[in-house]
Amino acid sequence: MSTEAAVKLTRKDFVSDQDVRWCPGCGDYAILAQVQKIFPELGIPKEKAVFISGIGCASRFPYYMNTYGFHTIHGRAPAIATGLKISRPDLHIWVVTGDGDGLSIGGNHLIHALRRNVELKIMLFNNRIYGLTKGQYSPTSELGKVAKSTPMGSVDHPLNPMTLVLGAEATFIARTIDTEAKHQQETLRRAAAHKGGTFLEILQNCNVYNDGVWERLKDKDSKADTQLLLEHGKPLVFGKNKERGIRLNGLKPEVVSIRNGVSISDLLVHDEHDQTLAYVLSRMTPPNFPTPLGVLFSTERPTIEALMAQQIKTAVEKSGPGKLDDLLRRGDVWTVE
Amino acid sequence: MATNPGGVPLQKSTQEREGVVIRFAGDSGDGMQLTGTRFTSESVLAGNDVGTLPDFPAEIRAPTGTLYGVSAFQVNFSNKNVYTPGDELDTLVCMNPAALKTNIADLKQNGILIVDPAEFSSANLRKAEYKENPLEGNSLDKYQVYKVEVTKMTTLALKDTGLPNRSVMRSRNFFALGVVSWLFNRPIEPTLEWIQQKFGKNPVVADANSLAIKGGYNFGENTDMFASSYEIKPAKIAPGVYRNITGNSATALGFVIAAQKAGLPLFLGSYPITPASDVLHELAEYKNYNVYTFQAEDEIAGVGAALGAAFGGALGITTTSGPGMNLKGETIGLAATVELPLVITNIQRAGPSTGMPTKPEQTDLMQAIYGRHGESPIPVIAASTPVDCFCAAFEAARIAMKYMTPVILLTDGFLANASEPWLLPSADDLPSIPVEFRTDPQGFFPYLRDEATLARPWATPGTPGLEHRIGGIEKDYLTGNISYAPANHEQMVRVRHQKVQKITQEIPPIKVDGPEQGKLLVLGWGSTYGPIAAAVEDAQARGHSVAHLHLRYLNPLPADLGEVLGRYDKVLVPEMNMGQLVKLIRAEYLIDAVGLNKIQGRPFKVSEVATRIARMLEG
Repeated sequence: MSTEAAVKLTRKDFVSDQDVRWCPGCGDYAILAQVQKIFPELGIPKEKAVFISGIGCASRFPYYMNTYGFHTIHGRAPAIATGLKISRPDLHIWVVTGDGDGLSIGGNHLIHALRRNVELKIMLFNNRIYGLTKGQYSPTSELGKVAKSTPMGSVDHPLNPMTLVLGAEATFIARTIDTEAKHQQETLRRAAAHKGGTFLEILQNCNVYNDGVWERLKDKDSKADTQLLLEHGKPLVFGKNKERGIRLNGLKPEVVSIRNGVSISDLLVHDEHDQTLAYVLSRMTPPNFPTPLGVLFSTERPTIEALMAQQIKTAVEKSGPGKLDDLLRRGDVWTVE
Repeated sequence: MATNPGGVPLQKSTQEREGVVIRFAGDSGDGMQLTGTRFTSESVLAGNDVGTLPDFPAEIRAPTGTLYGVSAFQVNFSNKNVYTPGDELDTLVCMNPAALKTNIADLKQNGILIVDPAEFSSANLRKAEYKENPLEGNSLDKYQVYKVEVTKMTTLALKDTGLPNRSVMRSRNFFALGVVSWLFNRPIEPTLEWIQQKFGKNPVVADANSLAIKGGYNFGENTDMFASSYEIKPAKIAPGVYRNITGNSATALGFVIAAQKAGLPLFLGSYPITPASDVLHELAEYKNYNVYTFQAEDEIAGVGAALGAAFGGALGITTTSGPGMNLKGETIGLAATVELPLVITNIQRAGPSTGMPTKPEQTDLMQAIYGRHGESPIPVIAASTPVDCFCAAFEAARIAMKYMTPVILLTDGFLANASEPWLLPSADDLPSIPVEFRTDPQGFFPYLRDEATLARPWATPGTPGLEHRIGGIEKDYLTGNISYAPANHEQMVRVRHQKVQKITQEIPPIKVDGPEQGKLLVLGWGSTYGPIAAAVEDAQARGHSVAHLHLRYLNPLPADLGEVLGRYDKVLVPEMNMGQLVKLIRAEYLIDAVGLNKIQGRPFKVSEVATRIARMLEG
């Protein structure tokens, strides 16, 4: 993915000298470990990598990566990262955010960064709770969530991050789980390889304030029935023996068993370049559906930084590199003798 | 002796005047801004000093003929120094009844009023909320009223062009310009040339406008209406190359040139807001000067993107007005603690909230100095005139980069749109801004400070061996790593404060205009420069012991300010707010400074400052 000369780095090169201060057992540890594991494979020189975050538990991430890092303010990481990427397209910029940071206070910046297709790798750790402020419900918490600020249960409907970013015209949308190391690595590699704005939702456990939130997805006994592993060009099947699948009934997906006249050829085939299909997948939520994991959607579109660089190049080609005296003497000029 | 376009010497007598304030007023569609701009150009070519003020409605396309659709342009031209667009009008040109209604109160007694009677139809009178035709009653008796048939004569002058009536009407403003150009002995040749340049591709329109302005000029000369014309001799103006420039244009240029002099790309992150948007528009045209303009999704993203660009080694700037400043506040606090260079320009307008977006005020000084969370000291620099916006923007950028700090630049809606002639500097004469990025990993610490400036190193991503993390959490004094140590926090708060105080070493010793000690010092900041300068000069001419000091640096204040203030019996601080600088001065220096406050969305009149000066000298 990189144009720089190959650099031989190891996991250790990306580990900073700072103590990691997440709670013991936090899902963030697993994510940090996978990122540090895959980073040496990407061929990115350490100094060209930048991690930018907002506020929240997830946003402590940059302190633990031995790269450049900027721990900014609540919700604003995509905006700050956009300015950096536009003016420094040579950098590889990763944004770390959470469901409160990225979808509540920073929702506006998230959608605009994605529609502009700034090449930012945005990792959103979704644990459906505010952890750092000690346990309030978040925009992805389920309706009726009992939390510190909602003793009788929350009364606002959660948003669907995948549907949101599809509406924001994101060019890459994927989902993985903190505890699924291999799947996470594969998804991170795909995210790293994408040339454009990248949205990666990582389902993450907060063992202090929302423990077990994704348990049915992770549980060894149930996960075959609750995970839908997406593979481009492959039919949507799941279950311990791949005995079930997703079929389209009109515009609506439905879960079917592959027997009694239903065959694999009746199932939806995943096409990660199909935005409409991605919408269908984004609407598939538990308990009626397994949760789609992997790349829901990917497409190519010019990045804003490439388009802006092109405009500057065109302006220089057309008018020449600006001369300061020409700038000062623009318009009506007269001389007093 | 002036000559008309045909070169025939004028037969009528001319009266000499020191200076004249004229306002062109008409409907938004009447081309008043263009007329005013052309008259300004003619006046500078006649050698006068000028000051201008465009005044246009907030409504974009107000219905024709309505009171709120009136657009005006005021020009003060003189054989003396001009400091302001002028208080009262000597001459008012009204293209329709609505313009008359909204502007007549500003015309001096016995001032010249030029109106076009054809426009005073019953329909137009109704729109202007006149019950009776003011041209028929005696309400205008105290003025010299000239009913110039602009519409009729423009139609006559253009009868051979074959243009439809609607197009003919578009040349009315040139006829009016011709009339007043004759009246004040302005040369129309430059406008004729300008018409050829501007409309050359459409010769029919170019000819129509040329015929109209010549028609107006010749009408002035031949009519019995005007007994004489007026001559305003050239002012003593320093030789050199000039252009007329508004404050917003000057601000934009100041930033481009600062970035170029520092050898960096300029990155503007901004969100549209009146009266700041023109800076964004103008910078968007300078892409070949390595200028990135990013129209963000909101004010917060505008400043955020600029800060991100600064992290990467660009000159990051953002532009806004009061309400936008509130939204940017949190990011400005972050910039203060991560100590990256950034310039935040607040083009102040009347508030709070939407307030009066097209009208100026100086109500955000306290906000600039104190309006953040935590102890977050930030240098504040203010521009005093449209041209000074260039110098102030350049200086704000220089300070930001030298001291690794966000800097707030204050201008306002008056400076933004007003214009004045600018003696253009040569680019080579402007100082370069040395910027050194840290590249040496040996002995590198993100918060290791320069002794002279207390600035931390600018170490940008992409530099091998300098990988480090910055952020909003309190940092260790040297390493920049997270630190909650109590003593370290106090040390960091104090060093951030000391760094900003160090900037006093950049401020030249104070030079007042007037006596170095005496009875009264008039202390100002920002766009009150013009009216204060004119009023003080007037008082000095009357032999009074009055001096003027105008502050560019509002935080930190000049080191010698306290001592200078102490040399005067009294200190007067005129401000377009409830008294913000005056509070700072009283708190800082424990002197009994007195405020003069106007909060009308309008600049001070010279007379308002002069009256107060006179009263203070009496008491």
